[in-house]
Amino acid sequence: MKSKSSAVSSDLRLELLETMLRIREFEEATGEVFLRGLTAGSMLHLSVGEEAAVAGIGLAMKEGDYFTTHHRGHGIFIARGGRLDRMMAELLGRTDGYCRGKGGSMHIADIGVGHMGANAIVGANIPIAVGGGFTSKYRNEGKVSVAFFGDGALNQGILYESMNMAALWDLPVMFAVINNQYGMGTRIDRASACLEFVKRAESFGVRGAEVDGMDAEKVYLVSAELLCHSREGHGPTFLMANAYRYYGHGRKDPSPYRDKSEEQEWRRRDPIQMLKQRLLDEVVLSEKTFGELSDRVNGEVEAAVEFAKASPLPEDADLYRDVFVETQGEETV
Amino acid sequence: MKEMSYRDALREALFEEMQRDQSVFIIGEEVGRYGGAYGVSRGLYKEFGAQRVVDSPISEAGIVGLGVGAAITGLRPIVELMYVDFVGLAMDQIANQMAKFRYMTGGQLTIPMVLRTQGGTGRSAGAQHSQSLESWLVHVPGLKVVMPSNPRDAKGLLKTAVRCNDPVVFIEHKALYSTKGEVPEEEYTIPLGKALVLRQGVDVTILSYSAMVSVVLKAAVALSSEGIEAEVIDLRTLSPLDTETILSSAEKTGRIAVVSEAHRTLGMGAELSALITERCFEQLKAPVLRIAASDTPVPASILEKMSIPTEQSVVEGIRHLVSGE
Repeated sequence: MKSKSSAVSSDLRLELLETMLRIREFEEATGEVFLRGLTAGSMLHLSVGEEAAVAGIGLAMKEGDYFTTHHRGHGIFIARGGRLDRMMAELLGRTDGYCRGKGGSMHIADIGVGHMGANAIVGANIPIAVGGGFTSKYRNEGKVSVAFFGDGALNQGILYESMNMAALWDLPVMFAVINNQYGMGTRIDRASACLEFVKRAESFGVRGAEVDGMDAEKVYLVSAELLCHSREGHGPTFLMANAYRYYGHGRKDPSPYRDKSEEQEWRRRDPIQMLKQRLLDEVVLSEKTFGELSDRVNGEVEAAVEFAKASPLPEDADLYRDVFVETQGEETV
Repeated sequence: MKEMSYRDALREALFEEMQRDQSVFIIGEEVGRYGGAYGVSRGLYKEFGAQRVVDSPISEAGIVGLGVGAAITGLRPIVELMYVDFVGLAMDQIANQMAKFRYMTGGQLTIPMVLRTQGGTGRSAGAQHSQSLESWLVHVPGLKVVMPSNPRDAKGLLKTAVRCNDPVVFIEHKALYSTKGEVPEEEYTIPLGKALVLRQGVDVTILSYSAMVSVVLKAAVALSSEGIEAEVIDLRTLSPLDTETILSSAEKTGRIAVVSEAHRTLGMGAELSALITERCFEQLKAPVLRIAASDTPVPASILEKMSIPTEQSVVEGIRHLVSGE
């Protein structure tokens, strides 16, 4: 059965599918190396289940747009062009990682693609993204700055300080909530008295929207419209993309606090399967081309793991490097 | 040289740096139309406009975070916290974000940002507007902490702080704003991390900073009349410390006192005492003496003066230190 034709071009739909697949495979591989004890850290928060939400927003953003991410930020970075090999090297604590291994899973950054840094303090990345929006407006760069955060950050005070400032000064900022229903083990309705979060945003003068975060095309279309609103100088926006976290909070968390039936319910609407099926139905994609795509992505992920394993570990002297900029600014100019 | 107040010297530094570099902007509570709670930024709003002198809502964490983000993306923010007592409201952004971004990203991101604030006693402003919280900040790797004691240093150090590519916490003193001193006419900067020997002496070294420096200098004159020659060092920058200047003086005199307006427990005196004891124990003639504020909240009443070191308490402390009694 054919669905009605999409407002998203075929090329872009395929790109959404490929991006989601890349995120899924990277994250599954990351989980594997983590379980084998190869990663540098004891913490790993996977984006599996959130692929449509992050790929939809990520692909709607433009080159140069700024963004900050949170605990569960691998998927967003991949959607914005993060290199799998350097990401994997970072997770393994190697010197070829984006942060020379000093950041690990929760602190990846790449200012080259606008990534202002992942953050492991819930909500703390939000005002930093507002700072990116401030710079964009100050310098008339035409960039939008996106703060990605989870539903766990919805009750942090800093979010509301940030929304107020962004709205007060009409800054090009998007507050993007990847709502996976749980802040660690606490479901959203056990943490918030009122679940109408778009209203919260609107009460700050921030334009808000909510979207099915399992449907990449819908996320893309809503995001593109909201980003355009900011780019045209109309101030900040808020987007709540409702998705699900397939794994627990961390990779090893068996999620005893949620029902298996709930997990099954969400997995039935798997974002990759949904888009794939739609594209097969509409003959935009064939099983053969999907197989080729899948092989290619898997090859990239495997190469990333090999690259990371071959990358050198830091040396002792690296411990003291980069606390400060060592050469500039101190002497009389 | 020209004579000017600490407040005017700071304002001149802000003015010159904003004029020199378009990427410098100021954001904070009442920094614009009001001119700053203590008048430091008076006139800058008119000169540079609302885009570069930004009146913020009362959202301390928010403005520090905004500053971090603006710094990452290429601007040079000067974020003003009206009182150092308000750092608690912004501490995550200061200690976990501003201080750590460079290190966490392996040197990829830099935070060329100044957090300007002011602290100390002198106005009977009570326990939440009179503190000296420098130890909280010095304890965090990645922050530079500067506390100028006079107009000349205030201007030269602030200009360097604005040009510095690392985050600098610049703590002024509320009781110093109207004090006057000589300031060079010509363009100058003063390096961070360099202490200044204000007075040479052989009997004892007194380490101090910020408003306590003038108290110490008066005490040193009084002590000199008793035959005790004190070497007085103004630390100026608390992080990174100028260990070379500190230790060479400690080795020379063998007796050291640290005078600060912050609480004694885990204050700068504790750190300097440990540093000196570890590095030049053999040359010490007496234990390092801490002359510091009482371990009490700062009272608003006449008790405020009793809670901090005075010329008299410094003289008495040093007298005992030197005589060994």
